[in-house]
Amino acid sequence: MPNNQAIVPAASEPAGAGHNEHPSYLLHHFQSVEQQADTSNFAMWLFLLTEMMFFGGLFTAYLIYRNWYYLAFVAGSHQLNVVWGTLNTVVLICSSFTMAMGVWCAETRRRSGLVLCLILTFILGLGFLGIKTIEYSEKIEKHHVPGFHYNLSSFLDPASDPEIFKEYHDKPLPLDIARHTELYFSLYFLMTGMHALHMIIGIGILGFMIFRARAGAYISGHVTFVENFGLYWHFIDIVWIYLFALLYLISRH
Amino acid sequence: MSEQNGHAHTIVGPGVYVAILFALLAGTVLTVWASFVDLGFWNPIIALAIATTKATLVLLYFMHVKYSTKLTKLAIAGGVFLFLTLVSMTLADYISRAWGSW
Amino acid sequence: MSTNTIVSLPDQETARIPKKNFLTKENGLLSWLLTRDHKRIAILYLITTTFFFIIGGAAAALIRLELLTPTGDMVSSDTYNKLFSIHGIIMVFFFLVPIAPGVLGNFLIPLMIGAKDVALPRINLLSWYLFVIGGCFELYMMIFGGVDTGWTFTTPLSTHYVNSHVIGAAMGIFIAGFSSILTGINFIVTIHKMRAPGMTWFRLPLFIWSYYATSIIFVLATPVIAISMVLIMLERVIGIGLFDPTKGGDPLLFQHLFWFYSHPAVYVMILPGMGIISEVISNFSRKRVFGYTAVAFSSVAIAVFSFFVWAHHMFIMGISTYSALLFSLFSMLVAIPSAIKVFNWSATLYKGSITFDTPMLYAFGFIGLFTIGGCTGVMLATLGMDIHVTETYFIVAHFHYVMVGGMVSAFMAGLHFWWPKMTGRMYPESLGRLAAVILFIGFNLTFFPQFILGYLGMPRRYHFYPPEFQALNVLSTSGASILAIGYLLPALYLIWSLRHGAIAGNNPWQATGLEWQTQSPPLTENFTEIPIMDHEAYDYAWLERQSRDNRREEAPSAE
Repeated sequence: MPNNQAIVPAASEPAGAGHNEHPSYLLHHFQSVEQQADTSNFAMWLFLLTEMMFFGGLFTAYLIYRNWYYLAFVAGSHQLNVVWGTLNTVVLICSSFTMAMGVWCAETRRRSGLVLCLILTFILGLGFLGIKTIEYSEKIEKHHVPGFHYNLSSFLDPASDPEIFKEYHDKPLPLDIARHTELYFSLYFLMTGMHALHMIIGIGILGFMIFRARAGAYISGHVTFVENFGLYWHFIDIVWIYLFALLYLISRH
Repeated sequence: MSEQNGHAHTIVGPGVYVAILFALLAGTVLTVWASFVDLGFWNPIIALAIATTKATLVLLYFMHVKYSTKLTKLAIAGGVFLFLTLVSMTLADYISRAWGSW
Repeated sequence: MSTNTIVSLPDQETARIPKKNFLTKENGLLSWLLTRDHKRIAILYLITTTFFFIIGGAAAALIRLELLTPTGDMVSSDTYNKLFSIHGIIMVFFFLVPIAPGVLGNFLIPLMIGAKDVALPRINLLSWYLFVIGGCFELYMMIFGGVDTGWTFTTPLSTHYVNSHVIGAAMGIFIAGFSSILTGINFIVTIHKMRAPGMTWFRLPLFIWSYYATSIIFVLATPVIAISMVLIMLERVIGIGLFDPTKGGDPLLFQHLFWFYSHPAVYVMILPGMGIISEVISNFSRKRVFGYTAVAFSSVAIAVFSFFVWAHHMFIMGISTYSALLFSLFSMLVAIPSAIKVFNWSATLYKGSITFDTPMLYAFGFIGLFTIGGCTGVMLATLGMDIHVTETYFIVAHFHYVMVGGMVSAFMAGLHFWWPKMTGRMYPESLGRLAAVILFIGFNLTFFPQFILGYLGMPRRYHFYPPEFQALNVLSTSGASILAIGYLLPALYLIWSLRHGAIAGNNPWQATGLEWQTQSPPLTENFTEIPIMDHEAYDYAWLERQSRDNRREEAPSAE
């Protein structure tokens, strides 16, 4: 066994697979830029699959309780403002669009375009969270946050909640149905809260990316980071598309 | 390295993105409108169908799955399948605990 | 092969450990804590998981001591509850789940596929840190009073009735879960994208296939326990009501989510072991694994089936009879790919030149114990039988046969087999064989009586029991003390061998894998040049041809 054979220092590699120049962003353990890009892209997809399963637990819980306590879920969903919800959907779809445009700008090496798109995405993301804050504060005022202070009066006596009442004319619910609205709001806060948490993380990364992009990063042909972040952002968009349909639009007629 | 895709990295242009943006906005309007119409049994199904269509558009074009390798497509399909397994097999228990009165 | 060993060591007079290797590349604690080298991360995992094994093992020792007598004379009921909870949580989440991927997987996957490192080295280090942070939460939980829910956190017990550190324990599991996820992503991507030229899927060692299957489970199942742990914590802090019957929630929903992870996790605890055993059996019978393709696909099949069986943990919990039937059927289906593996290993032995080196002894132990564990698993998948013995020691014995008898035996086999590669030195062979036999005897003495105890009706998780069960419990406890020797002995001689073991050379076992083609311990970048795989896995004829060529090359130069 050739135990004492000459050892080539690692730094002199990678052994080129037909590449003459080795860009600075090529990590030492990859053979080529394509391999590196493919790898991180696939890893990102696998991460998104874990995210999907993470939300999967919540969707399962939602489906079970929605079927068990349908009337309570209808009454609960009437407390959500469909205008705010729709507006938020539009905001998020637009931010997905600007993000996709940002990836295109990075791919085609347009620096100012990339910065603009990232800033727009950033602003739209903040706008989404702003609207969410308005919605949350309404719930907090009405004591619709599950836990000790949960208040049933909007469901036991809908007339006491004139804003909602004049729109839907809900009938009073008996106590044993009304109290299940707490589960609806648990799921509402869990799902939108998890979603908002992902948004906050995403906005943080966006801020970092704007900073880097202004300094000229991401337009050298190495767009993996922008691309992967784009995947993450679109995934959040997809989650919201379902949340909107399931939480806001249960029964509006 | 054996999975290395033969075709070059596809760049999707702004035209496609704008078209998808409008399709998504139209879907949003449609689903809100549909929720105000009483379709009984079909309401949640239509809402979910529209949501799935929108999600598919985002997946295929914004997330470039249409231009991705088979490996990525397979991984996504596997993930979605498992997601549905989690939901459906758990629901199988709940549905069959009391047939009919669910 | 007429001798009783296949070990071929270099001439001890002249042989030296290569000066330049991943252990000597850099020195100092910081060079270890900030390393991105998969081999060093594997060593970090080895140290941390051993630490947790000692904690979990100490808890187990106290449990067995307490059960020596029918009355609770050593610890109070509360302490006993905390002991078995800590034993379960530590052993499952901080030993069995991370040990095989963290140690052997990290060390070997890049070496076996001919890569310089895993695909995402920084993420790999991050996953070790997450594991350590999760572990710190568990240590905090233990020091400040422990948790007494059992490792299953069954609701509403864990959310409403106990007053111990459930949040700390759940947080630890939540964080350690991300460690598993990142490891899983890393392995899948590495196996897909980093293979050396010529390393096609069907030339991969079976070790890689089983780790691939394990990683699928990591990636897709772990997030579900993450969310269920989040829900437990929120339920305790805020009272969200999802698992609270007084608010209309369903405690069983938690079990659905929990077991959706925790049953596949059981396969996380056995699949890597199967991969190790395939390597060992093939090498020590000098034959290609019989039915390579079947064994490879059976690993993936186990991973896929594992997602459809979770509710068999809930047969007596009040799930519907119809879905219980469905889950019972699927559970039995898992026996098929498992049996394929056992049959194929047996067929590999047929007409092989078998030698009984230490890894092979552990492998034989594995096959026997895993078969017993697996067959009792099929018994438990039957609804009638399950209802009779659920929550008895029969269950305890069953899963210890699979997890300890199976996984720990396999891990010991793998650790001995790759020890020369990791350290460059051999362990003392005769002591190794002795330890393997002690482990096997001790294990059976500990856990076989528990099958009988369980069948007779002794429930698990109680520290009092009727006096007629004492004889069998004494047998079990004495077995546990033998088992402890079976663990201590390797720990001692493996540490001894770091200094004094014989120098192993590149390929002491005459094995065919790529990891044996490089020096031991390997270089930081694994290979001096990226290898090209030009032969099938387990091609021992290729190895002989190659060594003949080497000899022919050396002969003229010597003259």
